[in-house]
Amino acid sequence: MRVLITGVAGRIGRIVARRLLFEGHELLGIDRRPWPDAPKGLRMFNADIRKRPAENVFRTEKPDAVIHMATVTYFTSRKAERNRINLGGTRRIFEFSAKYGVKQVVFVGRHTYYGAAADSPLFHTEQEPPMAVTTFPELADLVAADLYAGSALWRFPKMKTAVLRACYTLGPSRHGTLASFLRGPLVPAIPGFDPLFQFIHEEDAAKGICAALDQKLNGVFNVAGPQPVPLSTLIEVTGRRRIPIPEGLLPRALGRLGLPRLPAGATAHMKYPVVIDDALFREATGFEHDYDESQTMEAFRWA
Amino acid sequence: MPLIDPEVAAKIERLELPFNRYGLDPYGIDKGYLRGFFSFLNFFYSKWLTVDAYGLENVPDRGRTMIVGNHSGGIALDGGMIIASLMLDKSPPRLAQGMAEIFLNSTPFASTILSRVGQFTGLPEHAVRLLEDDRLLMVFPEGARGTAKLYPQRNSLVRFGTGFIRLALQTGTPIVPTAFIGGGEAIPTVANLYRLGKLVGAPYVPVTPWIAPLPRPTRCQIYYGPPMTFEGDGSEEDALIMEYVEQVKARIGELIEFGVENRRRNDFGRPIPDGSDVQTSIPAAGDHS
Repeated sequence: MRVLITGVAGRIGRIVARRLLFEGHELLGIDRRPWPDAPKGLRMFNADIRKRPAENVFRTEKPDAVIHMATVTYFTSRKAERNRINLGGTRRIFEFSAKYGVKQVVFVGRHTYYGAAADSPLFHTEQEPPMAVTTFPELADLVAADLYAGSALWRFPKMKTAVLRACYTLGPSRHGTLASFLRGPLVPAIPGFDPLFQFIHEEDAAKGICAALDQKLNGVFNVAGPQPVPLSTLIEVTGRRRIPIPEGLLPRALGRLGLPRLPAGATAHMKYPVVIDDALFREATGFEHDYDESQTMEAFRWA
Repeated sequence: MPLIDPEVAAKIERLELPFNRYGLDPYGIDKGYLRGFFSFLNFFYSKWLTVDAYGLENVPDRGRTMIVGNHSGGIALDGGMIIASLMLDKSPPRLAQGMAEIFLNSTPFASTILSRVGQFTGLPEHAVRLLEDDRLLMVFPEGARGTAKLYPQRNSLVRFGTGFIRLALQTGTPIVPTAFIGGGEAIPTVANLYRLGKLVGAPYVPVTPWIAPLPRPTRCQIYYGPPMTFEGDGSEEDALIMEYVEQVKARIGELIEFGVENRRRNDFGRPIPDGSDVQTSIPAAGDHS
């Protein structure tokens, strides 16, 4: 199968690319970022997904399937830019895919779609609406992209669309939203709160994305790995130190003293868990994770 | 955290929950927190209040089960003592999981502790998930209406919600009717301050003759009746659901009546030397002998 990956130079994109090449797929990649030691067999196109050169790739190369991973978070991009990439980019990818006869699109979204709040349940299922978009505007563009991707299910019924809501990835690359939060030796925590954090090893995340492609999934699926652990356990096992900071002082403390810079809405994620139920995905694909919670945290710690 | 009672710690080890190497189950229930929590409850259960549990054999050893009980005033002392009896006096021990008020989950420390000992926010999603996972769920269909009972109403029942019957039907769960006696004597509420409650984020603040809603040393009893099962899938008409609700409510009412009578006859209010007069066999439904 001829597969196009957007955001292929990202950490998970690279692992997915290597896996698909190994499985014998013909591989194309689009990214604004360079990937100097990209594996042979991957044809790289240095393009922005919102621009004409990206559309040219669709028109001239006619991929059978697209894995769309070119989304960004508040850790890497400013608001206007995020909106253009996450929502504008996702729209373009689906429109190009429908226009140039792509049979299958896998959209890799995030479990933070569900939001964190005092009254949100543990183990969100796919039918739940996004919560707390109003209290965490920095996630609004990703939530919108997720919903937009889901609308492809009825707008482009001839195309198979898999919307994956993956939990945080963690592993030796030390890249990603959770890794950015845990980057320094000190990790902020709000006294009296210790929410569960759910993460999946990057290799398992890539395995899950490939499974969605192989099984030609059509629908919305939560993708998770091993069981979640409390933030305090996560901090301890990854060899960090927990710095209790009262909620009222967080805005002043964050971004200083080596603490991560976080938007105001992120405090909800330091008080309440976002935990997803991935039973549907496991049933549809037969997916099983290879790394348990302990191995995943250790892999991040000792990389 | 108070001192850990080694006997309590041994019970925690016997729990049949899937703990990982950090002593955490998939819901984040933590063995370390359980040891501290149940050592704390054990102080009230066996020393301060002295609670006797009857009919524990009516609670299945494993599999989905719903404990349905009465509230008897003040704070949810009854809930804490029922949880304690199922862990400390039942063999094998089971962790009863209650449905906590939402405001507790946004309260610092209470949020963490309740999450780590399996007392999650009272959401229908949580109830269904726990039962489908074959856990032991504890519900009080009277809700906050029940804890708001004043001293004279301590052994009465107020209106039951109907959600628990639909939940039991939907998940095929047996209901263990349960009565808690003595909560009203331990925390005799003379008034509930609703405005103060609003200020602190709680439904209300109960007031006792000694102001604070703290329990005085009292003997209490818990009666577990034989499990009740109902046929259906939870989509039944309201009239039928109400009929089932009334059956459970009536059964709990009988257990309370039996318990109150037992208490009067044996002067349970004060410690009794050997308890030889205690009628411990729980009557079958409708048996008023």
